[in-house]
Amino acid sequence: MESVCAIKMENITKRFGSIVANKGINLELREGEILSLLGENGSGKTTLMNMLSGIYFPDEGQIYVHGKPVTIASPKDAFDNGIGMIHQHFKLVDVFTATENIVLGLEDEGKLDLKAASRKVKEICDKYGFDIDPDQKIYDMSVSQKQTVEIVKVLYRGADILILDEPTAVLTPQETDKLFAIMRAMKADGKSLIIITHKLHEVLDVSDRVAILRKGEYIGDVATKDANQQSLTDMMVGRSVSLNIDRPTPVNVKPRLVIENVTAYDELGVKRLDDVSFTINAGEVLGIAGVAGSGQKELLESIAGLYPVASGKITYFGPENDKPRELVGLDPMSIRKNGICMSFVPEDRLGMGLVGTMGMTGNMMLRSWRKGKGLFVNRKEPEELANRIWKDLEVVTPSTNFPVRRMSGGNVQKVLVGREIAQAPSVLMTAYAVRGLDINTSYTIYNLLTEQKMKGVAVVYVGEDLDVLLELCDRLVILCGGQVSGVVDARAITKEEVGLLMTQHRKEDAAE
Amino acid sequence: MSTVTTTREPLIRISKRGGVLPAWKSWGIRLIGLALSLVVCGLLIVALIGINPLKVYGTIIDGALGTSKRTWVTIRDSMTMLCIAVGLAPAFKMRFWNIGAEGQILVGGIATAACMIYLKSLPTFLLLIIMIAVSLLAGAVWGFLPGFFKAKWNTNETLFTLMMNYIALQLTSFFVAKWETPYGSNKVGMINATGHEGWLPNLFSDGFNKDFGWNVVIVLAVTLFMYLYMNKSKHGYEIAVIGDSENTARYAGIRVNKAYVRTIVLSGAICGLAGFIAVSGASHTISTSTAGGRGFTAIIVAWLAQFNSVVMIIFSFLLIILEKGAQAIASQYGLSQEVSEMITGIILFFILGSEFFVNYTLRFRGKKVTK
Amino acid sequence: MTQLISLFTSAVTFGTIIMFGALGEILTEKVGHLNLGVPGIMYMGGISGLLAAFFYQNAGGTSPILGLILSLLACFLGAALGGLIYAFLTITLRANQNVTGLTLTIFGGGVANFFGGSLNALSGGVGQISVALTAQAYRVRIPVLSDAGVIGKLFFSYGFMAYLAIIMAVVMSYFLNRTRPGLHLRAVGENPGTADAAGINVTKYKYLTTCIGAGISGLGGVFYVMDYIKGTWANDGILEGLGWLAVALVIFATWKPLRAIWASYLFGLVYWAYMYIPGLGRSSQEIFKMLPYVVTLVVLIIVSLRKKRENQPPAALGLSYFREER
Repeated sequence: MESVCAIKMENITKRFGSIVANKGINLELREGEILSLLGENGSGKTTLMNMLSGIYFPDEGQIYVHGKPVTIASPKDAFDNGIGMIHQHFKLVDVFTATENIVLGLEDEGKLDLKAASRKVKEICDKYGFDIDPDQKIYDMSVSQKQTVEIVKVLYRGADILILDEPTAVLTPQETDKLFAIMRAMKADGKSLIIITHKLHEVLDVSDRVAILRKGEYIGDVATKDANQQSLTDMMVGRSVSLNIDRPTPVNVKPRLVIENVTAYDELGVKRLDDVSFTINAGEVLGIAGVAGSGQKELLESIAGLYPVASGKITYFGPENDKPRELVGLDPMSIRKNGICMSFVPEDRLGMGLVGTMGMTGNMMLRSWRKGKGLFVNRKEPEELANRIWKDLEVVTPSTNFPVRRMSGGNVQKVLVGREIAQAPSVLMTAYAVRGLDINTSYTIYNLLTEQKMKGVAVVYVGEDLDVLLELCDRLVILCGGQVSGVVDARAITKEEVGLLMTQHRKEDAAE
Repeated sequence: MSTVTTTREPLIRISKRGGVLPAWKSWGIRLIGLALSLVVCGLLIVALIGINPLKVYGTIIDGALGTSKRTWVTIRDSMTMLCIAVGLAPAFKMRFWNIGAEGQILVGGIATAACMIYLKSLPTFLLLIIMIAVSLLAGAVWGFLPGFFKAKWNTNETLFTLMMNYIALQLTSFFVAKWETPYGSNKVGMINATGHEGWLPNLFSDGFNKDFGWNVVIVLAVTLFMYLYMNKSKHGYEIAVIGDSENTARYAGIRVNKAYVRTIVLSGAICGLAGFIAVSGASHTISTSTAGGRGFTAIIVAWLAQFNSVVMIIFSFLLIILEKGAQAIASQYGLSQEVSEMITGIILFFILGSEFFVNYTLRFRGKKVTK
Repeated sequence: MTQLISLFTSAVTFGTIIMFGALGEILTEKVGHLNLGVPGIMYMGGISGLLAAFFYQNAGGTSPILGLILSLLACFLGAALGGLIYAFLTITLRANQNVTGLTLTIFGGGVANFFGGSLNALSGGVGQISVALTAQAYRVRIPVLSDAGVIGKLFFSYGFMAYLAIIMAVVMSYFLNRTRPGLHLRAVGENPGTADAAGINVTKYKYLTTCIGAGISGLGGVFYVMDYIKGTWANDGILEGLGWLAVALVIFATWKPLRAIWASYLFGLVYWAYMYIPGLGRSSQEIFKMLPYVVTLVVLIIVSLRKKRENQPPAALGLSYFREER
């Protein structure tokens, strides 16, 4: 049966400077189906979809909507064509209410009637079973509520083609199930949907067909009923991956950092860490698992002295068996001055770990600028270190003074990890160390971490990919809503069990 | 829109440049902007007074550098401008919007004038040292307040320093009224006109103009010091990191709030010193126009030079030559002196606009970009 | 009593100048642009209005009303032109807003004082600029009511622009909070990426708002020239100071047009208070004139201390927007 497609993209190419994000892509979305767009981080999924929603304009190629060739030069054009996109980073105005956000951009006749709009929002919510208050301000909402507002916004506009960009990244499994139910309801309602994701079980769960991108190129599509995890992985990464991360048995394990009853609040007074207690051992890789935003960032920053701890203790036991030291209340400079060498690869590489406008040398100085007497900085040693990392980790850059902001993500990460390991730390904390990296670079990083572990360093690995966490780490701490919901042996637990812990609040919340 | 059947990309599209432009190219673009602005100014002058624009530029050069006296005045004023710009650079590099140079200059000037009036019996050398110290201190205090509140409660420094300007201006009015001579003139007049106590001495013993003196040496020394401070010192490194990302700075163990206050105090102190140079080294009096908008112009000098010391020297000269030249035109053709501000404005607009072409490229429909 | 009344009326007149400046700037800032060119814009508005009246009267025009309309129009356009320069540089060319604004202040002051100062030479020595005829029209008081004793003095003894300013503040408040374009405008200032994704033409909103905002600020300049100093030109930099005070007022009013009404009068009261405090010497008067600035500083500090969500500046204030940023 030759039916007209809801969307047909023909030979689409998009470049950013010298980087080709999408290369000659042909993609079809059939009427009334749920299509999964699958690909690794950085494979060009979001860029491609942004050309449908009018954020980017293709350099080459043609788009057809319901069989008609169209020009989508702005988000407005996208709406006019019935296309609505729910972005990964929500496009909401914080100080507006849900309703104000939903009617934003609409050019209806007559005066602005927020009450009527509010009623219409309620109707949509009732129809699909959403649970939001139309008059609540966005800054008072939870992540899942914000996402709901985004979906209602698109429906309010009468879109019949919906694009969801990694909608589950910020959701708990329960919330994800609810979202999928809603997606199926919308499909039953005659709408066509694209869901961007790199999680295979979700692909298999919700979609009718899967299209796969790899490194900006279209690899092919397959009906979901004919696919399984293995076949999809093969298409996504190009070759069969069994992770096979080398995990030697830890030797000489002893406590390095003991965290006891740590509680912390953010600027707005929301509790981010709730009575967290566990031990980080030297000679081990400790994995931290949890849905995004469960307190991982706050936990690492608290240990590093970058986040205010309201109560609790973090005690450091040095490798020389010297007397334990209390870290709570110390800032990074005081921690250093106490002779504690703690390395930290933060999640936000260019916003926290590196100085984007400086070259490799300048960035090496971030850890050494204070060294030496006198007023002036020593550039010689950092320059040597930069050259060493450049060579050893095969960083692609024209020179050690080329701004790291202009490097690719993998190279930026090599610079950061390389510098942190070069400190010869006693504690090495990494947050999402392989996010956005290709498989080979990821393995380089895994090996570097394992090497550190065997040297007796206490390694902390915050990750999102459960397979990696289970194969790389020795023990796992699972966070859920700022609480520790489990501390387990990574060799003796299954993925399903970890998944369950990630959604299991320790106490009172059980009522829900 | 949705029914358009043929796909055409928009006529002109803007995209960010992929790499960093080589220095000669980016400065070339800025030079083109400058040249264009001079053409526009020329056309404007022709339209206003109907004379040959080349003659106008001749008059500008003559007005700024025509005689040795004019040359010294131009150098002297460029040095004052440079001093302010050099003082502002560290604050701006740290993304601290110190709009308050006007006020910092004024309080520095008040402090200087006060020393000249009350301490004139002291030996010259000692008096000058005290004057320098006091003007630095006054500027530092004016910088400390906004810096402190920024560090403590993240109070908006742009607006804070702006208000500090007017407080300083009223303070100046207060002292002018207090020190006025002769009584009722509401002017301070030349301080120590007979004995020249507290005047910056002449640099050369032979008869160059009295106005020109140690200003140049002091300002160039400050410029050199600030160059080293910004590019080679630990503090300078801290400033660069904070300017890029506060979080990174905190991560690297830099005490951001301390650095904020320290840098803005330094910035204010050097602007205070500029007040000393303006009073002791040039006008020998104090009035509400002692700063005369230079605190604002210097921001633009520092910003457009990307805090590069050498480029700041060039920009300072350029702007002062234009100012003096425009004043010459004005007096020759019976126009108002403010024509110089108008021309300065136009030139700055063009240079500001040219930054865009340094950072972005335009793509026209149909053309394929090779890169 | 008469002293208090005259203090009140001078406060209102003074407040009206800066209220216009501040209202225009509130609009501009609401769309995410911090325009430090307000003094320059008020200068441009003032001189444009003056020139229009001047040429109209020189050409033999005798109708005060026509002179008034012409000068108002010229003022709005002249000031909006200043806004357009700023808009082009900051919106299309994405130049730094603070630096561009400061340049506009230098430029606007230069243009205004140049024309104000050289008008005689340019038009062949007509003599001192005075546009008494048009200025009269600006200064017409409401008949009957303005004579009605204390009440008349307090509330009805001003030129029409004093009332225009209040009306404008009310209308602007309604526009921003109750209309669709107002909602869109605020969204652009809070989060241009979101507004763009919602199909709002960000560039159009930014251009229109900055130009209209500048036009409104410019009205403060013409009110100063025509009403406050009665249709002359003074090259004394006072208007620049008032322009900065208008910027301060925006903060004081925490970006709310209605609040700008009483806040501007309060500024006026504080500004003129020294005239009515007995026993002040000339020098101590100058200290008193600091008060509006000191008060603004205090408000600035308090606002930053309290961190109330509704009192903060628009989130995207001062940032340029480029859709394809990556």
